This record gives sequence, C-alpha cells and structure tokens, in this order.
Amino acid sequence: MDVIKDRVKSLVKEHGKARENLLPILQGLAEQERFVSEYAMQVIAEEMGLSTADVYGTSTFYSFLDTRPRGKYIIRVCKTITCYMKGKNQILLALEEALKIKLGETTPDKKFTLLETNCLGWCHKAPAMLINDDVHTDLTVEKVHQIISEYKQLTYTTLKD
Amino acid sequence: MNKKVNLTINGTALSVDIGTTILDAAHELGIKIPVLCYHKDLCIAGNCRVCVVEVVGVSKLFAACSTPVWEGMDVLTNSILVRNSRKHIIELLLSEHNADCTKCYKNGNCELQDLAAEYKITNQDFIDLYHSREYTIDNFSPSILKDDSRCIRCQRCVRTCDELQSVGALSVAHKGDRMKISTFFNKPISEVVCTSCGQCVIHCPTGALIERNYIEEVWEAIADPAKHLVVQTAPAVRIGLGEALELSAGERVTGKMVAALRRLGFNSVLDTDFTADLTIMEEGTELLHRLKSNIVDNDTRQPLPMTTSCSPGWVKFFEHIYPDLLPHMSTCKSPQQMFGALAKTYYAKAVEIDPETIVSVSIMPCTAKKFEANRPEMRDSGFKDVDYVLTTRELAIMIKQAGIEFATLPEEKYDSLMGKSTGAGVIFGATGGVMEAALRTVYELVTGREVPFENLNIKPVRGMEGVREASVTIKDTVPEYKFLEGVEVKCCVAHGLANARKVMEDVKSGKVNYHFIEIMACPGGCLGGGGQPIPTTPEIRQKRVEAIYAEDASMAIRKSHENPEIIQVYKEFLGKPYGAISHKLLHTEYCERQRY
Amino acid sequence: MGKNILKRIDLIFKDEADCKSVLKKSLQKTNDELINELIASGLKGRGGAGFPTGLKWKLTSEQKADSKYVICNADEGEPGTFKDREILTQVPYKVLTGMALCGRIIGAKQGFIYLRGEYKYLLKDLNVEIENFQAICQELKLNFKVDVFMGYGAYICGEESALFESMEGKRGEPRNKPPYPSEHGYLGKPTVINNVETLAHTFTIFQYGAGKFKDLGVQDSYGSKLFSISGDTPIPGIYELELGMTVEDFVNDFGDGDTKAVQVGGASGFCVPRKKFRETRIGYQGKLTGISLPTGGSMMLFNSSRSMYNLLSNYLEFFTEESCGQCTPCRVGTQQLIEGIRAVKRGDKNAAYLEKLLALTETMKGTAKCGLGQSVANSFQSIVENFREEMIF
Repeated sequence: MDVIKDRVKSLVKEHGKARENLLPILQGLAEQERFVSEYAMQVIAEEMGLSTADVYGTSTFYSFLDTRPRGKYIIRVCKTITCYMKGKNQILLALEEALKIKLGETTPDKKFTLLETNCLGWCHKAPAMLINDDVHTDLTVEKVHQIISEYKQLTYTTLKD
Repeated sequence: MNKKVNLTINGTALSVDIGTTILDAAHELGIKIPVLCYHKDLCIAGNCRVCVVEVVGVSKLFAACSTPVWEGMDVLTNSILVRNSRKHIIELLLSEHNADCTKCYKNGNCELQDLAAEYKITNQDFIDLYHSREYTIDNFSPSILKDDSRCIRCQRCVRTCDELQSVGALSVAHKGDRMKISTFFNKPISEVVCTSCGQCVIHCPTGALIERNYIEEVWEAIADPAKHLVVQTAPAVRIGLGEALELSAGERVTGKMVAALRRLGFNSVLDTDFTADLTIMEEGTELLHRLKSNIVDNDTRQPLPMTTSCSPGWVKFFEHIYPDLLPHMSTCKSPQQMFGALAKTYYAKAVEIDPETIVSVSIMPCTAKKFEANRPEMRDSGFKDVDYVLTTRELAIMIKQAGIEFATLPEEKYDSLMGKSTGAGVIFGATGGVMEAALRTVYELVTGREVPFENLNIKPVRGMEGVREASVTIKDTVPEYKFLEGVEVKCCVAHGLANARKVMEDVKSGKVNYHFIEIMACPGGCLGGGGQPIPTTPEIRQKRVEAIYAEDASMAIRKSHENPEIIQVYKEFLGKPYGAISHKLLHTEYCERQRY
Repeated sequence: MGKNILKRIDLIFKDEADCKSVLKKSLQKTNDELINELIASGLKGRGGAGFPTGLKWKLTSEQKADSKYVICNADEGEPGTFKDREILTQVPYKVLTGMALCGRIIGAKQGFIYLRGEYKYLLKDLNVEIENFQAICQELKLNFKVDVFMGYGAYICGEESALFESMEGKRGEPRNKPPYPSEHGYLGKPTVINNVETLAHTFTIFQYGAGKFKDLGVQDSYGSKLFSISGDTPIPGIYELELGMTVEDFVNDFGDGDTKAVQVGGASGFCVPRKKFRETRIGYQGKLTGISLPTGGSMMLFNSSRSMYNLLSNYLEFFTEESCGQCTPCRVGTQQLIEGIRAVKRGDKNAAYLEKLLALTETMKGTAKCGLGQSVANSFQSIVENFREEMIF
C-alpha cells in the first residue's frame, strides 16, 4: 500500500490537475506527512504532468513547505523586529532547554522541530511563536516551559489536533 | 497595419510598432543596450537589470528588455544615472561571482567578463560574497559541467531547458540569498532527466554551464607514437567552426578544417558524412522492412511510425519520457557510432593497423555525443568504439593552441575509405536533412526514379518551423515494392525537444498517423547543437542552414546510395544493408530510464 | 502617557449595519454610480502602495475578457502590521461585501482571499463566515463565489504580481510590469487586487456614502486608517485613527516617554528620529507641509534603550531572506548592505563605506524589479542618515 501515492491521487482528485492547484496539493501532503519528500514530489510531478525540478523549485520557495523531515509539532519562533526587541532570544534558549535540541533540529522522538520564522503578525503581544497552526503570544520563559509540557502530554491521534 | 508609437531615444525621434520594447526600439537606431538575462530564443525575464535605462520625468529606471514603449517616451540609455546604476549592477554580480577569470574555461568568451571590461570595473569596493559560500560543482556528467560559483542566476538555462526543450531538468530553488539554479533535490545532472543536449551550455552567458572537455586527453593521444589517431567530422562542424576562429557565420570551411586536423596530428582524417550516407542505407532499408511488416504482414513488433535515432539528446529524452514507445525508434546507431564501430574493424583491417592502437576521436556540434560515446553498449568493435568526442568549440581551441593560422590554410581533402560523402550526408546537419536524404534514396529504391523535386531539393521538409509535415504518394513501384503502390507515405520533421514532445503526444493519442518521423533535439538541428560556437541565435542558425544546403548543392554526388565508398563497404565488408554484419556493428538497443 | 490628541475613529470595527442591507442598497445602483462614489471618497489603497481604489476598479471594469477576478490580499507580512488579521477575525463580512460589489462592478464571478499561511488558525471561522455570506449572495441573486487560497510562508507574495504567480502554483516571483493587474492579473485575466482594510473601507463608503469618509483626514489623505502599534509603548494594539497626524502627536499619545524613533510602515518604511517628529505627517504624499509618509499602518516605537544598528541589522536580515532572489539589485544588494554595516561596525571598513552603501540603496530604489528591493532604501537611508554614530561605534 503506497500511502504517499494514494494521498497524492486523492489530493489531485480533490483539487484538480491544473498547475494552479500545485500549492494546495503540496500543502495537503505536508499537512499529513509534515514535509514533502523526494518520492512525494516525483509522484506529484507525474500526476500533474510537471517536471520534478519544477515541483522542487516551487516547494523550496515557500518557507513553510519543508523538504526535510519534521516533527509532529513544528515550532516557529518569530525573530522579526518587535519580537526580537521583546526577547525572542531568551524564548529560543528556553525552548532549546525544554526540548534538549538546538535551533533547526528535531527531537529524537520526532515530536518537536524548532525553527525560526519572520513576522507572524502578533507584534503587540510579542514575543510570539507558532506551534503548527496555533499561535502563542506574550511569551515568557515560564510560559514557554508550561506550553511545552502541555504539548508533551498530548497523545498522538490525527493531525487535526 | 500596426498602430505606431512615437518616442525619443537619446534625443533621436523614432516611430515603432506598438508593443515594441525599448531594447528593440533602440536596436532600430543602432543603439546597443547591454543585456545578460535576455536572449532572442527565450521568453523575456527582466531579472538581471543590466539593461536599465532612464525615462525623463520618472525617478525609477526601466528594464529595456521588458518595457514596451509608450507615446512620448523620452529615453536615455547612457545618462549618468544609467551608467552609475549599471556599474553597481555589474559590481554586485561580480561580488557573488567566482571572478578568477584566468582559471575559467570561458575566459575570453564570457558575457559578464565583457561587461566588466566595457565598464572598466577596475575597483571592487563591494564585499566579496563568493568566498564565504559553499558552492557545488557538478562534474559527474560526461557531457556537461555545472559550476554554481560562476552562476549569475539569469535563469537562461532554466528557460532553455523548460521552454525551448521541455525537459525541465533545471529550476530555480529557494529564495533570497539562498536562491540558486538547481536540479531536482540538487542531484547531479547525470542522475536526472537531463538529455545532455547542451542547449543550456550555449545559452549560458558565463562559465556556469560548460561542456566537459577532452582536449588534454586528445593531445596526449596525438603525442603517443604508438597510437593511430582517427578523426571523424560531423556535417554541422564544417559550417560552424569558422565562427570560433574569427570568420563569419555561415562560412563553409570544410577543406581548411581537414587541413587543420592533419596539422594537429591526426593520422586519418575521415568524415562522419560517410557514415551519414551509411545510416541512410541502413535506416532506409529498416523503414522499408517496417512498412512491409506493418502493411503486409500486420506485424507490429517493429511499429510505425519509425523515428530517427541519430540525435543522442533525442534518444535519451525518448528513453526517459516515452520508454514504452521505444520499439518505435530506429535501431540504427547514429553516424558517429556507426563510424566508431567501422573504424576499429573495417578500416583497421583495410589499412592494416592493429585496432588496439587506434584512438577514435570525433568532432561534433553536440554535447550529447559525449554521453553517447560513453554508453556501455557502444563497444561492438571489441573496443570502445569512439574514444573521445570534441565539440566544435574544443577543436577551435586546439587549433588556436597549435598556433595554426586557420584562415590561410589550403583546402585539403579527406582520406579515403571512409572520407567520401554526398550532399545527402552533409544535410544531416540541418533539421529536415535526414528526412530529405532518406527520401532521396528510399524513393529511388522503391520506384526506380529520382524524387520528383527540382535538383533533388525537397523543399517541403526544409525550413525552421518547429514541426513540418510532408507526404508522398508512391506510384509505379518496382516489382519488389509493389506493396507500397498507392500508399501515401506520411512524414514529419521536428526540431527542439519541445516540438518533439508535441509530436510524440499526438502520436500517443492517435491524433496523427505518420510513417516516418525525424527528430533533432536541438533547435535548427545539429547546426544549432550544444557544441557549436557561442553565441547561437536565430540569425546565426539561418546563416548556417544556408551554408549546409549550399554545401549540398555543390557536391558531385547527392544521393547516399551512389557514394562509391558506401558501395565499396557493402561489397567488401558488410554484405547488404540490414544484414547480419550490419546488425552486429551498426544497430543498437535502448534502455528505459526514470521519468525524472 | 496618552494625551488623547489623536482622533480615534471607529468605522471599521463598528458592527452596525448588516451586509445584506448594504448589498441590497448598493445592488440597486449602477456600476458607474458605485465607482463614482468610490472615486469621490478619495479612498487609496491601505496596503501601503496607496493607489486610488475607485480608479483601480474603473480600469478593470473597462477591460474586455471572458473572466475576471477579485482578490483580497490578506498576505499581511510587513513587520509590525497585524490589522488585517483583526479585520478578518472581527468583521470579515465587510471585506466579503466589498469583494462581491467589486465583482458586480467589474464583471467577476469569482473572488479569492489570499490568506498568509501564518494565519491558518483563522481559516475555520473564516470559512463559516464565507458560507453565510454565500447564502446571502444567493438570496440576492448575486453570482459571486469566494474561496480562500492559503499562502505558505513567503513575504514577497504580498506583492500583487508575486501573489498571482503563487496562486498559479509557481514561485512567488514578481512579474514585469506593464502589463498591470487590471489588464493581466491572475491567470492572465483582468483582476482587482485590494488589501483587506481597503475592502473593509469600501463597505463603509457604500454604507454611508463618500462624504462621511472624505470628511476625515487631511488634504489628499482622506479618511481613516488602521494603525498597528507595537514596540516600546504602554498601549500596543490596533487603532483606527484619522490620517494626517504628525508623528509628534502620535508619540505623545502612544510613546512611553522616552521615544527615540518611530518606524513608520514596517521594515519597508521610514525611521523617523525624534528631531523630525514635529515636521513629519502620516498620510499619502501630497501637498502637506513637511515630510509626508505613505504607510501600511505599521508603527513601531523605539526608546533610547534600543540599538538602531541592531534594528537595521534585523530589517536587512529579513530582506535578504524574504527577497525572491530573481533580480540582481535586490538579491545581492541586500546581502551587500548587511555585510556592509557589519564590516563598518567591526572596523573592517571605515565609516566612509556607508556612503557607498547609501549610493547602493539609491541604485536598488531605481533598478529593483519590485517594491521589496525598491523599499529597502527607505529604512536603510533613514536609519543610517539619522543614527550614523550608532552604525560606526
């Protein structure tokens, strides 16, 4: 059973084969797999009649489309101006401590990936971060530790959690 | 009647068609605006910003290549603002570039270098960004080398591979300071769908994409007294070589080329055109076999349409994209490889040389030929059939290194046994040439009469349109080919892989039912090949094609089957076309490759 | 510290009229009447570029094509801007109404909201709102469908032509212009693309008429604007203020008493130093006295504890990462700028090198292919010229 191929085929069926649908299809796949792999891109390219280099070039343009394996929870800490001013470095250090990984890495149990990102649009409640699609604002070192321990206790079900 | 727009450039008024870009309008006045990302063969990118010009009254500058003129526009192409901006742009490009020109293969033939020289960039104030980066150099392919440290990200190669060739092996990846030209997951180009056609090489303005050169290996072989150097020259080389040696485009330099090769030290100077004639014999016979088995015997194991197989870029493309249609491809080797197989068997025997001492070199307008020579199955002679492939450009370099004054050389003739050719052989260098050569022979074989075209010039298959069709209804055949009586033989010619793909998609869908298709991977055919002198533009291709047909018209014999050396090789060695020995030495197999 | 000098308006978030009545009322007018209302209001784009909205809709309506599109640019990525998020959370129906009426006027049956990936948490509720809105459209026999297109982490996709490229499944690389979106937009068809706030304002204009909107503001900076205020301020948040105020008045209301500089318009905007607070007004360039700055509404306040060098460094890092990379002046220029100020700070280059960098930003302003490369000059020049010592020592 080829999970990736089935998923791609159903996404193509849902959105359509035309080029305009490439991004929703890539996003749909990344939602399930947390990243878009080499194999997934080959399948998408074949299903949509595109070159694999083209799919690769398009994917790598978008910061939220990862081509390397990521954890179940992708943490993106905002590093732009106001968040930077309000202490994002301390937040990063706290996260690195809580997760025992460095920026850019994924925890061995594949649960968390720690990344930086640019302005999230929560400057008035800086510092802020995203964990998957959820935003966490007004961060402090204590709050960060609390959030991480809450996430650690969540059990794995579907990605809609 | 096109609507006109009136504007002024550098104080001179002119009137141009609506939609004309500033670049083209300036060209009409003889004003040259420098460009880097712009190329006549490709769609407009407008990303390098070298061609910026000033429009009076507007503070922002405009890219001349991508801005259409408007009524009353007052353009300045050389104001202080333009010069300062352009200088900055060139300096910026140099700051992220491996500007160690003396160590670059394109030294002396690089568009960035030319710009830096023109603008006298003698000071580089900007910070060197190049040394702090990690650049990948991809040297895994036998045909093409990719050096990111010399890339100016003009995206010409991406547009070429995508639009012109529809291969799509290259794309732009990442963004911002990490933006680069990449393959799928940055794999070596030898591991992806790259067909080695080299069109990216002839469109690259710098040394980022170059052919893998074998100049030193060939010099070493020439210097080895124990080796016998045999060289073959492709049809398109004799009308392109001059451009790389300061002669003008479209000059026919056959005799001088032969003279130069002798002076370089090649022992036997022979002609690929000979094996082009041979290919016609083999492929023509194969076509007749296929027509018979399909029409008479209903045997579709060797199906129609049959496609030509002399373009290795096209062959690799076919293997990647249409592997299930491989039986359609003619089993004939290309003229280069037929030559290689015969040089170390037929030729070696005839001139009494130990084939083990033969080093077989070919001069080709092509980079894919380097890949082709390295295909593992190309060893039917018992040795590697073609040892080294040099592009037209590499030959020019060797001629210069040897201190030969090319223009003053006398006209010399090829050596014999595999040096005689016909007009049909030389037109292989142009799109439509293989088709025309094949028709000249096959028609006569089938009907006993010459093709019904004045002076044997089959005009319907000539020209630069991407896809051309022609058909001929066979009447009054000789007894052996009675099964073709009344059959309308439908032919198709396409050049450039994007057009090849169009034709194959139509074949796949059943939209067309041709009998014979000629495909050349490169726009214009081999005369526009990835190994030809740079630049190659539509105007230059036109001059080269005129030279090819002039060469054809000037030859004494114009049909492959009348070539006395061809008659000789069959009589003394091969037996008959498509016979057992031919099958062993002159025919080949193909392999399925990955789609990506 | 607030002295409440600035006039706070509440047009956008005031939740009075329901969209059904505004739609009904407007649908009874002709397209020309609606366009003229918009033009009379003097509404200019609220995304930062400031193009007259009425004119944009007019130009697009005049194009002949078999399909047209209305796109709401919700790719709010300018650092310090967060107002569009709030509009889409609280009063999305205003945006949808604006889109639908635009569709009616220009002849478009399909609208999209390009929502940045970072705002994905809004999607569920937004879709519910869209469903409700579609039901109303159906009732009123208005043929207009709205779909959401998700962005995925690329600031440059806020640029209109890059947005089209992204929606077409490609890299978000800005296009050559001309042709402009009104002629050649999404899928090559005439397209109106407006910022979220602009569309919300069109609701107000159609609700109350051009006059009420025009009464606000100063000279040709009509109306009100949402400001996203953050940084060293005791009252960060979103405020709807009248256009045309001086930065001095603004700082008096929002500063923490120690304001050294205000960044107007995000990283692409201008840094106004204390000595220029009085003479600088926030509005659209026109016949105002002093310096007048256009803006997407991002206002970031910095007090004397902040290092302007660190801030400039942060902006430049942002640009080097978010640049699409296709054009030379932006791709390489941004890198030269950040390496340049680092070198000056370290002492590897002397202070005079800053002049070369300033000249480079002028080149970038003149030659870059899109607004991103062209606007780097704004913050670079305003910070380096006004805080030169901080760049060197």
